[in-house]
Amino acid sequence: MLSQYLEAIEGVATYPIISLLVFVPFFVGVVIYVLRMKKEDEDRMSKLPLN
Amino acid sequence: MEMVTIRYDNRVVRNFAVATMLWGAVGMLVGVLIALEMFEPAVNARLQFLTFGRLRPLHTNAVIFAFVGNGIFTGLYYSLQRLCKSRMFSDVLSKIHFWGWQAIIVAAAITLPLGMTTGKEYAELEWPIDIAITLIWVVLAINVFGTVIRRRERHIYVAIWFYIATLVTVAVLHIVNSIELPVSLLKSYPVYAGVQDALVQWWYGHNAVAFFLTTPYLGLMYYFLPKAANRPVYSYRLSIIHFWSLIFLYIWAGPHHLLYTALPDWAQSLGTVFSIMLLAPSWGGAINGLLTLRGAWDRVREDAVLKFMAVAITAYGMATFEGPLLSLKNVNAISHYTDWTISHVHVGALGWNGFLTFGILYWLVPRMWGTTLYSKKMANLHFWVGTLGIVVYASSMYWAGITQSLMWKQFTAFGVLQYPNFLETVTQIIPFYIIRALGGSLYLIGALVMIYNLVRTARQGKLAAEEEVQVPARWDEAPHVRENRHRWLEKRPIQFALVATGAILIGGMVELIPTFLVATNIPTIASVKPYTPLELEGRDIYVREGCYTCHSQMIRPFRSETERYGEYSKAGEFVYDHPFQWGSKRTGPDLHRVGGKFPNFWHFMHMDDPRSVSPGSIMPAYPWLFTQDFDTAIIARKIRAMQTLGVPYPKEYDRQALTDMKAQAEGIAADLQKQNAPADPSKEIIALIAYLQRLGTDIAVPQQ
Repeated sequence: MLSQYLEAIEGVATYPIISLLVFVPFFVGVVIYVLRMKKEDEDRMSKLPLN
Repeated sequence: MEMVTIRYDNRVVRNFAVATMLWGAVGMLVGVLIALEMFEPAVNARLQFLTFGRLRPLHTNAVIFAFVGNGIFTGLYYSLQRLCKSRMFSDVLSKIHFWGWQAIIVAAAITLPLGMTTGKEYAELEWPIDIAITLIWVVLAINVFGTVIRRRERHIYVAIWFYIATLVTVAVLHIVNSIELPVSLLKSYPVYAGVQDALVQWWYGHNAVAFFLTTPYLGLMYYFLPKAANRPVYSYRLSIIHFWSLIFLYIWAGPHHLLYTALPDWAQSLGTVFSIMLLAPSWGGAINGLLTLRGAWDRVREDAVLKFMAVAITAYGMATFEGPLLSLKNVNAISHYTDWTISHVHVGALGWNGFLTFGILYWLVPRMWGTTLYSKKMANLHFWVGTLGIVVYASSMYWAGITQSLMWKQFTAFGVLQYPNFLETVTQIIPFYIIRALGGSLYLIGALVMIYNLVRTARQGKLAAEEEVQVPARWDEAPHVRENRHRWLEKRPIQFALVATGAILIGGMVELIPTFLVATNIPTIASVKPYTPLELEGRDIYVREGCYTCHSQMIRPFRSETERYGEYSKAGEFVYDHPFQWGSKRTGPDLHRVGGKFPNFWHFMHMDDPRSVSPGSIMPAYPWLFTQDFDTAIIARKIRAMQTLGVPYPKEYDRQALTDMKAQAEGIAADLQKQNAPADPSKEIIALIAYLQRLGTDIAVPQQ
C-alpha cells in the first residue's frame, strides 16, 4: 500500500501536528471569546436580520 | 441620527430566483432521466448525447452549480444588501455576475452531453469554462466585498461570515483542482496524475460539498430562518463557534473520502477523527436552527416556509451525522462504491439544499412582489410530495446499497464467492432503482408545482424592483459597544477575509504538502510503461463517455475484491494516469484488471449490445463507437502534452505516434476479423478495446 511511500516522506508527521497546533488554540480562543461575550451585545447582533 | 434614503436592487434577486427555478427543474429532470436509464438503458434512444455517462455529470453540475449556485446568489444578494443596509456595490458587476454565471451553465449544458469533460467528478468542465468560472467568481467577490465595505451597519452578521468563507475557499479549491494543460480548445489533461490527482480531486470534492453546498446555505439559514420565524437565532454565540469550527475542520478532513483506497493509515485516521469532530459544530448549527423555531411550532404547522426550513435543517443534521459515520473504516468498507453514498448525498441535496431553497423562495417571492402566496394549499402539497419523494428516494437507495454490498462480500462455506457474477448483484437491486426513479419524480413534481404557484404569485403582484428604505447614514457608534479583538475583526471584512483565507490555506497546505511530496515518493514500477498512442486515445474515449460514473479502477485489498477482480491496485500503477479514473461508484464491476480477461471479440460484441453477452445488463449500448473514427489529428500534440507532464515517452516520439497507433489498430482489427467481426481499424471501438485490454496488465499477475 501507499502508506510506506507517504511515511517515507521526511517529517511527514509534522503536518498534522501543525494543524493541531494551529487549530486547537484558535478554537479555545473562540470559545473563550464567546463565553465572555456580553448578553446585550449578543442580543443586538442576533437581531440584525430582523431590523 | 442622520438618515438617508437608499434603494435595494431587487431586480438582480429576481433574476437569480428565476434562474434557480429554471435550472432546478432542468437539473432534476435530467436526474429523473438518468434514474430511468439505470433500469432501462434504452431510454437514451441509443443517442450518445443522452447516455448515462454523459448525462450524470450534467445532472450533478446542473444541480450543484446551476440550481444551488443560483439559489445561493438569490439569497446572498437579498440578505447582503439588507444586512449591510446598502445597495450592492455595483449594478454593472451584479449584471456581469448574473449573465456570466448563466452563460457558464449554458456552456456546461452544451459541452457535457458532447462528451467534453475532464473526467474529474464535480469538476468536469473543460479549461476555457474553468477560466470563465474564475473570472466570474472574482466579479462576485469584488461586488460582495465592496458592499460589505460600504455598509451602514457596524457589525458584520454571521451570515456574511459564511458568505465570505465561501467566496474565498471556493476560489482556492477551484483553482488548485483545475490546473490543467490544454491540448486543444476543449481538451486538457490535469497536471496531476494517479494517486496525486485523486488526492487533489477529493480534497476538492469534499470541500466543494462543504463550501458550496454547506457554508453558503448556513449563511442563508442564519438570515432567512430568523426572518421567516420572526425571532432571532437561538444562540448567536453558538453560531460563532459553528462558523469557526466548520471552517477549520472541513478543510482539514478531506482525506477520508479516499478511505480504503491507496491512502496512508495516518491520513485515514486523521480524516476520521476530524470528521467525527465535525459532528459537534454541525449538530450545534442544526440544533441552533431548530431551537430558533422554539415557541413558533404552532406556526410551523401552518406555514409552508417554516415547514420546508424545519425539514431542511433536520436533513442537514442527518447528513452531517451520517458523513462522519461513513468515514469510519468499518462502515466505509460496506458503503463505499455502493448506492449508500447516493442516498447520503441526496439527503443533503434534496433535503438540505432543495428544501431550504424552496422555503426561501416561498418567503421571498410574495414579499418582493408585494402580494401573498397564490396558493397555500399548493405549497403544502409541494411540501408533502417533496418529503415523500425524499423518503422514497433515500430508503430505496440505502436498501439497494446495503444489499449489494453484502452480496459482493458473501462467501460460501467452501470459501468461494457466493455471487461470482457481478450482474447477479445488479439485477437483485433493480426494483430499488425503479422505486428511486419514482421518489425522484415525486420530488420533481413538487418542484414544478412550486414554480407554477410562484409564477401565479408574481403575476398577481408587481415586482418592487427598486425598494426604497430609510437607513442611518453611518454606523451606529454607540458608546456602550465594547471593543475587543473579535469585534475588531468583525468590523473589518478584508482583515476577516484574510484570517479566514489564512485558516483555509494552512489547512489546505497541511493536507496538500504530503500530496505534492507523494508524487516523488511513489517508486515507479519498472514494468509500468506509458500508454501506447492508441491506448491513450482509447483512454480519452473512456473519459469522454464517463465510464468512471459506473466503473471503478481501484481494487481494494479485501479478499472479497481480490477474489472477484484480481490483484489489488498499487499506487505505482497509476503514475501515467492524467486524469486518474478510480471512480467512486460501482454500478458495474471494477475494471482495473479487466485487461486480458476477455478476448477482443467479447468487448466488441459487448460494447455493441451489452445484453447480447450479459443478459439483463443495465449498461447502455455504444453504437456510435462503431461508426465514428478515432482522432488521429492531434495524437502528436497529446503525446507532447504528456511529455510536458513528465510521461517518459522517447524523445520525438510524437512523430512516430501516428504510425504506431495505426499499426496497433490494424492488429486488433485483424484479430476481430478472424472471428468474422466487421471491424474497421479506424473506428473508436478499436481504440477503446486497446485501452481496456491494457488495463492493469503492467504488473505481472502469476497465472494460476
